[in-house]
Amino acid sequence: MTTNEDATVGAQFGRAAASEKVDEAVMELRNVHVFYGDYEAVREVNMPIASREITAFIGPSGCGKTTLLRSFNRMNDLIPGARVAGEVLYHGVDIYSSDVDPIEVRRRIGMVFQKPNPFPKSIYDNIAYGPRVLGEKKANLDEIVERSLVRAALWEEVKDKLDTSGMALSGGQQQRLCIARCIAVNPDVILMDEPCASLDPIATAKIEDLMHELAAEYTIVIVTHNMQQAARVSDRTAFFTADVDAKGVRHGRLVEFGPTQDIFMSPKDSRTEGYISGRFG
Amino acid sequence: MSTNSSTVAGGTEFSLQRSSPRYGERAIKVLLVACAALSVATTIGIIWALFVPAFQFFQTVPITDFLFGTQWSPLFADPEFGVLPLVSGTLVITGIACLVALPVGLLTAMYLSEYAADKTRRVLKPILEILAGIPTVIFGFFALEFVTQVLLQNIWPNTEVFNALSAGLVMGVMIIPTIASLSEDAMSAVPRGLREGAYALGSSKRQVTLKVVVPAALSGIVAAFVLGVSRAIGETMIVAVAAGLQPNLSLNVFEGMQTMTSFIAAAGSGDQPTGSIGYQTIFAVGALLFVMTLLMNLFSIRMVRKYREVYE
Repeated sequence: MTTNEDATVGAQFGRAAASEKVDEAVMELRNVHVFYGDYEAVREVNMPIASREITAFIGPSGCGKTTLLRSFNRMNDLIPGARVAGEVLYHGVDIYSSDVDPIEVRRRIGMVFQKPNPFPKSIYDNIAYGPRVLGEKKANLDEIVERSLVRAALWEEVKDKLDTSGMALSGGQQQRLCIARCIAVNPDVILMDEPCASLDPIATAKIEDLMHELAAEYTIVIVTHNMQQAARVSDRTAFFTADVDAKGVRHGRLVEFGPTQDIFMSPKDSRTEGYISGRFG
Repeated sequence: MSTNSSTVAGGTEFSLQRSSPRYGERAIKVLLVACAALSVATTIGIIWALFVPAFQFFQTVPITDFLFGTQWSPLFADPEFGVLPLVSGTLVITGIACLVALPVGLLTAMYLSEYAADKTRRVLKPILEILAGIPTVIFGFFALEFVTQVLLQNIWPNTEVFNALSAGLVMGVMIIPTIASLSEDAMSAVPRGLREGAYALGSSKRQVTLKVVVPAALSGIVAAFVLGVSRAIGETMIVAVAAGLQPNLSLNVFEGMQTMTSFIAAAGSGDQPTGSIGYQTIFAVGALLFVMTLLMNLFSIRMVRKYREVYE
């Protein structure tokens, strides 16, 4: 046992230490609250998302991580009654202001979901879907499909069966197909909602390697339940927890945000330290 | 000690044999099998009852004369047994019904499944399904009294009182609920994750509906179409009331036409002596109708299998 009690995960960090301050923010949350009807699921979040870095959201179940992530590209619009207060700035523009088209937002801020969700179409058509929706010329599609699959580290496995159904792939391949589908529209930010939750360790390792490569070109925000994963893949970590109010209702809240090494090795808040060292959650 | 009981090391005796005969278990199984067998047996009975007189009919009338003849007057003194006028009447009226019901039904389903708010859907869908519960004879008189006499004859004055168009249009309206409701079920069953995946790529609602939801629900939509068309082909009262009883090998939808079903209804309610050629004719036409719908169902089962997507 080490004498250093707060580094109890024995964290292996996969990224170089990030600077204390975010130099270039792609997104900025200002006093963000998310509601489902009258229920306030996430309370008062203020944080930047650094450009071309990987930001991880960790915290116990039900603390609003996914809810907050879905407010980054207005996916919550699809849930009746969901509402966001505060400002979600993307390059300085509030994506919730009335003249913003959510479709334009989602073209720039893509998303990969917890459960792989390939369309019941061929592998080729899965990747080509987004470019086609954007009106891409047919002549360019072959190249886009190949480039996206290469970047998602799936090309070698599927290049000979592009016309078979995307749903016939294994879970890990399906998830990489969904990542390829996402980068085929060349987004600026990629949101990942527990992308490895339904995958085995080998498939998970492949996705994590892929994330490191993608971070050179894209800004990635990942929600994960796996603290080791957060330590391995992220530059910065945000720790969320749920406060229970007087009526016994849980509200998600950002406790601490900083460079991943700092959050894991020397958390400032006792709740972060408790969660990291496995004392609650 | 019996051979069927044994003793463990601790000394307690035990047996792994059934402790009671469990008659209830067997009785339930027999009952369930009997119920399942009832519909199978009925189907076999119908086929038997249909094909025996039909077979006798074809011993008098050559099958080629029946299938390809263009004159239909089986109950006249000088009978002709060419069934084509009835088949064409059936297909023309069913075709008109499909032109109405397939697009309107599918668009209705798309609205209900993708566009309507939860509240709206909860009100609209039951109302739609009530339409499916209206007795078809009511639809028949609606076609004759309203569609023909108030609408069609004012727009096209030379429309006959009995005509294929009004029967087809109203029959189309009749099967809209079937098609819309079943298609909506199929579209609602498409996992939400697929829609979210498409939205996350920057699709509009129209693109999500047309490019993701409809293709993913295609097998269910095809099944809904086939069920609707089967109902249209087999529908009797609307055509008997609104399309008239005159066999007519024509594509002019403003004229009256007799369908296979309305012939069966009319001839069956007349007094054809059992075993006469007129009596057998009813079964020959019935058998043909049966074969046509059977082929369509087989086709649809193929289509459904081909496009079926299984979601976890």
